[in-house]
Amino acid sequence: MFATEFEYRKATSVAQAIEFLTANPEAKLIAGGHSLIPLMKLRQVRAPAVIDIGGIDELRGISINNGVIRIGALTTHREIEASSEIAEACHIMTEVAGGIGDPQVRNRGTIGGNVVHADPASDWPTVLTALGAGMVVQGPNRGLGRRGGRTIPAAEFFTGLLETSIGPNEVLTAIEVPRLAQNQVAEYAKMAHPATHFAVVGGAVVVTIDGGRCTAASVVVGGLVPAPLRARAVETALIGQELTTDNITAATERINIDLGSDVFGDSVFASAEFRRMVVGVEVKHALFHAVGLSHHAGEEDDGHDDHGHDHGHDHDHEHNH
Amino acid sequence: MTTRIFGSGIRRREDPRLITGQASYTDDIKLPNMAYAAILRSPHAHAKIKSIDTSAAAAAPGVVAVYTGADTGAGLNPIPCAWLVPDCDIKAVTYLAIATDTVRYTGDAVAVVVAEDRYQAEDAVELINVDYEILPSVTNPEAAIQPGAPQLHEDAPNNQAFHWVAAGGDTDAAFESAEVIVRDTIIQQRLIPNAIEPRSALASYLPAMGELTMWNTTQAPHIVRFLTSLITGLGEHKIRIIAPEVGGGFGAKVPVYPSDMITVFCSMKLGRPVKWTETRTENYVSTTHGRDHVGHVEMAATREGKITGVRSVVYAGMGAYLSTAAPGIPTILHGLMYSGPYDIPNLKADIYGVFSNTTPVEAYRGAGRPEATFLLERLVNLLADELGVDPVELRRKNLIPKFDDGHDVAMGIVYDSGDYNLTLDTALEHVNYQHLREEQAHLREQNQYMGIGVTCYCELCGLGPSQVAGAGGFGGGLWESAVVRFYATGKVNIFVGTSPHGQGEETTFAQILSDELGVPVDDIEVIHGDTDNTPMGWGTYGSRATVVGGAALALSARKIKDKGRALAAHLLEAAEEDIEYEDGKFFVRGSPDQNKTIQDIALMANVAWNMPEGMEPGLEATTFYDPPNFVFPFGTHVAVVMVNPDNGYVELTRYVAVDDCGPQINPMIVEGQVHGGVVQGVGQALWEGAAYDEGGQLLTGSMMDYAVPRAHMVPNIEVLSTVTPSPHNPLGVKGIGETGAIASTVTVYNAVIDALKPLGVTKLNMPLTPERIWLAIHQQ
Repeated sequence: MFATEFEYRKATSVAQAIEFLTANPEAKLIAGGHSLIPLMKLRQVRAPAVIDIGGIDELRGISINNGVIRIGALTTHREIEASSEIAEACHIMTEVAGGIGDPQVRNRGTIGGNVVHADPASDWPTVLTALGAGMVVQGPNRGLGRRGGRTIPAAEFFTGLLETSIGPNEVLTAIEVPRLAQNQVAEYAKMAHPATHFAVVGGAVVVTIDGGRCTAASVVVGGLVPAPLRARAVETALIGQELTTDNITAATERINIDLGSDVFGDSVFASAEFRRMVVGVEVKHALFHAVGLSHHAGEEDDGHDDHGHDHGHDHDHEHNH
Repeated sequence: MTTRIFGSGIRRREDPRLITGQASYTDDIKLPNMAYAAILRSPHAHAKIKSIDTSAAAAAPGVVAVYTGADTGAGLNPIPCAWLVPDCDIKAVTYLAIATDTVRYTGDAVAVVVAEDRYQAEDAVELINVDYEILPSVTNPEAAIQPGAPQLHEDAPNNQAFHWVAAGGDTDAAFESAEVIVRDTIIQQRLIPNAIEPRSALASYLPAMGELTMWNTTQAPHIVRFLTSLITGLGEHKIRIIAPEVGGGFGAKVPVYPSDMITVFCSMKLGRPVKWTETRTENYVSTTHGRDHVGHVEMAATREGKITGVRSVVYAGMGAYLSTAAPGIPTILHGLMYSGPYDIPNLKADIYGVFSNTTPVEAYRGAGRPEATFLLERLVNLLADELGVDPVELRRKNLIPKFDDGHDVAMGIVYDSGDYNLTLDTALEHVNYQHLREEQAHLREQNQYMGIGVTCYCELCGLGPSQVAGAGGFGGGLWESAVVRFYATGKVNIFVGTSPHGQGEETTFAQILSDELGVPVDDIEVIHGDTDNTPMGWGTYGSRATVVGGAALALSARKIKDKGRALAAHLLEAAEEDIEYEDGKFFVRGSPDQNKTIQDIALMANVAWNMPEGMEPGLEATTFYDPPNFVFPFGTHVAVVMVNPDNGYVELTRYVAVDDCGPQINPMIVEGQVHGGVVQGVGQALWEGAAYDEGGQLLTGSMMDYAVPRAHMVPNIEVLSTVTPSPHNPLGVKGIGETGAIASTVTVYNAVIDALKPLGVTKLNMPLTPERIWLAIHQQ
């Protein structure tokens, strides 16, 4: 629990952070420190240098323009949870932010730090992939006036266990999320690990409903795969259907087609095999909640029968729409 | 008549400093010229040490010294076990501070580095090169005692640490003639105590004086002094142990640890202060664990539901060595309590202590009694299922009727007082048990799975009579002491041998004294935790501080009152028998205006200008109190759970605790103790459990994997109480620190099994993870 020796640099601008990174490719960026510091203290990461980007104001804040929610990379989970704009434009993010870790983690941890760490048990990668978010990254300017910025779709950003497609001297500056349309609903459900509140398994759904039928669906699962997995077989089964209890149940049973044999995450708390068995349940309950159905067939959702699914609240058992 | 301070839920006086960060823990203390120790621990569960090369570490920046077992072996005696239970062929195997040729668990100490700062010490530890020859290992206690298992100690064949049998009645006959027998195999999984403050030792040896001072995270500083003297060879009078603030112990800060003795060794060797503080990762492997029983248990009964016998064969894991009090836990604190609150004429506990390649086991909140309560309450529920009767009615049929001055049970111990039906009735009425059962039936019709658990318990605590301690092989006494010292200004210090570390005795002890002598609580300060300024005492554990230490204090207060009465008689020129005392005033009977306050008496006694013939100056009293018996708190707990069969998730929706600890000094503190204990017990049922892999590596080695309960994971705990005084305690009080953990594990467990009854599930291992529940449902 004592880190090896490292150099500390404080960057005052994104350009300076990129400059430091270019000069020292082994250096690590630090924002809230909630992923990096434990790894350094366990000596699992031995960074020769740490570049503190926590003081760069241009990386903070939430704004909505032209139907796109832009969240600065340094925005904390708590700031997202408390944002009335996000609650109005994309309520699923409010709930997810409120279900991360504990109050201390939410107050210090940032969405940018979370996504670049790419922990498969994290909620944001799953949810942002389902929402079709874009990751705005900035690299060194490439000469001739060409700026080094690009936006990576979330589906291409998370490439594996603790791996992203961000370049070695690029900095994530913001996350852009399209606001939900009037005919769209989104929900996330996870089985939270009792020790950490990380997702043992989690499922995020975004569905478009026109004329009583599902016309588009984005279903993504996490916690049991190295990087968020789009459940295409489930989506295909949903599209064109009325989202009834039976249709949802039948569609989510197809999750095994999407998972294939590549299930991950054996631990004392939950084997990989168990994760495979219950991830569909989480997706099912996310869909039920998204369209206002109860877990229990044939009942209206009264919000009191919700056992064991976490919809983004500190209480594992609560559910609010 | 003023409102009595005894029984008043005043705020804890220790909290302002704890909450505002003004409190000082061992690791906060820094001494001039202090060096830092870091310990290299075995990465293997069982291995021969072929060679150790410390040369690179010794040459690293800032390193003062590197020591191995060859060094400490020349300066330290082995760590003794202090509870050598008799008549059980106990094997007191050699427990070295630093291993010399064999390591026996992942975490066994191999070397220590002392450096100018902590980072340098940690860096240098990485440079020590150890060549190990890995040996086969075993971690499960039942597996470890089987023929052919890897052997830990040459002098403990089959890894058997002891074989202890206690019996009462004729158990074998009871089972032979039984109309009904129910059986179970119960795994009390190994738990990691997780005190919020990791352990720490700061040793300062002054060669010129030959004196050692150690600040230490301990629950029992006087025991640490005693054992440090035996281990180091220093005279007990040359050793001072100070327990500053201690951030939780739960039993794991009772033992004397190798790490602390290594720190002492370094300081003695170097002649400068040395501090060692464990990291959380280190805590998980090197601080003692709890529970770890595999028990085969049976209950015999008549068809009418009268329990006629209970017997067990239990394999109790000891870990790799015998920690300070470990052997007493599955034996005396467990095996003697097989009747719980029930009238059971035939009992037999057949207990094997077993070595395995794991962290040593010690007391953990409840220590033996949660395991006893669990097996009894589990068997009662199985019997109710077998007989097709309501588990509550079966309990009622077997409860010992109310008694207020002694009840003999088959194991040969004498319960002090009990009214078990009263706590049961109180609990059932509070939860409206009939209504709960109706609600459960209604929900089942909708395929919703609600479960109800009801536990009746009785436990043994307030350790304890010293004669019994001696006969039971405990290497010390279990009495307590209290000095009450009045100053001329009427202010008071209480000096106690117990060592509170979160239990709130700075408040409750002041309440006891204030109640006895009418001194405002704010005029009283409780001094504890420093062997140089407190009288001898045996520490805080086993729910004993208030029962034994509080009794000593009450008796000291009464001695002060006697002296005050004599002095008041002299000053008021009245006969002593005409002096009455009430609310801090001594007065002549019938003339309350002719009085001397306790403060008047304190002033006169301290200045001694006008004392009666032959009376010594000063107003101070000391009591050494040895209790005549243990105390036996009891109660009824009820848990309600919902289980989701889709994903196996348990939600604890309601928890009710009705406890009887006799008169309550501070009901708020009682409630806090119940909350804490209940939540720790619920943790065992639902979330906690140390797991090792095949090679003896701890899989739950951090808070990422080991789930400690958090506030949002439990409902508001409904705390009720009844009051049945202990007949032999001067205050009538019984312990309350462990009752929650003793009752709640099985209460929640039984509730979950009850919920799953329609799905055909009758048995699960703890913790009751979603996976275990889901598999049990889907394998039916």
